[in-house]
Amino acid sequence: MSLLIFTSLLFIGSLLAGLLGALTGLGGGVVLVPLLTLGFHVDIRYAIGVSLISVIATSSGAAAAYVREGFSSVRIGMFLEVATTIGAILGAYLAAVVHTQALAIIFGVVLIYSGYLSWQQARNPVPELKTGSPWSGRLRLSGDYPGPDGTRCKYEVENIPGGFGMMFVAGALSGLLGIGSGAVKVLAMDRIMKVPFKVSTTTSNFMIGVTAAASAGIYLHRGLISPGLAFPVMLGVMSGSLIGARYLVRAHVSVLRAVFTIVILALGVEMIIDGVRKWF
Amino acid sequence: MVLREKPAEPGRGGHFDDRTMEVAMGRLLQFGVLLASFVMLVGGVLYIRAHRDGVPDYRIFKSEPQALRHIGGVISGVTTGEPAAIIQLAVLLLIATPVARVVFALIAFGIERDKLYVAVSAVVLAVLLFGFFHSQ
Repeated sequence: MSLLIFTSLLFIGSLLAGLLGALTGLGGGVVLVPLLTLGFHVDIRYAIGVSLISVIATSSGAAAAYVREGFSSVRIGMFLEVATTIGAILGAYLAAVVHTQALAIIFGVVLIYSGYLSWQQARNPVPELKTGSPWSGRLRLSGDYPGPDGTRCKYEVENIPGGFGMMFVAGALSGLLGIGSGAVKVLAMDRIMKVPFKVSTTTSNFMIGVTAAASAGIYLHRGLISPGLAFPVMLGVMSGSLIGARYLVRAHVSVLRAVFTIVILALGVEMIIDGVRKWF
Repeated sequence: MVLREKPAEPGRGGHFDDRTMEVAMGRLLQFGVLLASFVMLVGGVLYIRAHRDGVPDYRIFKSEPQALRHIGGVISGVTTGEPAAIIQLAVLLLIATPVARVVFALIAFGIERDKLYVAVSAVVLAVLLFGFFHSQ
């Protein structure tokens, strides 16, 4: 296969991965790594390295749109980024010692669990909290967001240590597998800390870029970010997620979600089977 | 830049509030990504032209050359017009974008006189810099 054809196919595949990631709300990384390893037979360590770069691009590229809505909380984000960035560095170090096929299997499991989480989160909204932990105010994590009638709805958060701990896990998964682990981040904020859903998802988007940046440098120094892969994949994923974000407003989200959740589950199973088969 | 006005809250520094900060940070991130994408595109086109006859193989892991793994090597490669180095420069710009956001937040919290969050941002920045420089 010539370089031009290989690069074009990579670009188209990455564009679809970005589109799928934006439409499921799971981000490009979770579809990209299976695509590169299963579809293009790229070594999973290269796939993870280039995925991290794409994750930074999509998260930062979407940031301006998310900010305009006025839901994200810079304080909750920054506070929890302490946990995600430390986790990400640990994850990146772990990636060097974990067996390649074990990485594929862990990836498959996380993929299936993320699919399940995003499905759950969309179906069962958490009732809003009126009074949270006293530390919510002390750490200035309480905030407000624009309500439907133009007034500002105030919120407080609870179980801050629990959310912080889960964010550490989200960061470690991000550094280990090259994904944004947005589903786990939303789990930590929405389910554990009872941050309103819209605030959780938009704040999570900001955190994903910072978290991925913490481990991307380590991957770069290890020589795991390959220029030949980086440019078609990064440009493809970003174009795909921009198209996806635009289309999301008009699409029948629930139908798409159902279809793509099945795709995600199938990819997860395939990653596990492939990993087990090559290992033993 | 048009900003939606929100009444100033007690304890938060006047005109400069969290909302202003977030809007500016959104723009900063967008700018970083646009710049990186442009550099990436230029590098990519040159890369294809230079390696037209090469057959890509990423099945087996072989580390990228030393020169493409460090800031110094990347910059000296860019000055000689090496396509792979231009792509790696775009990668470095992308990594720097969220880091710039944290630096910006640190300064903004300083203007708001929020010592707690200046400290929180400083910790995040320290972790990011550790991740980038310690692994060299």
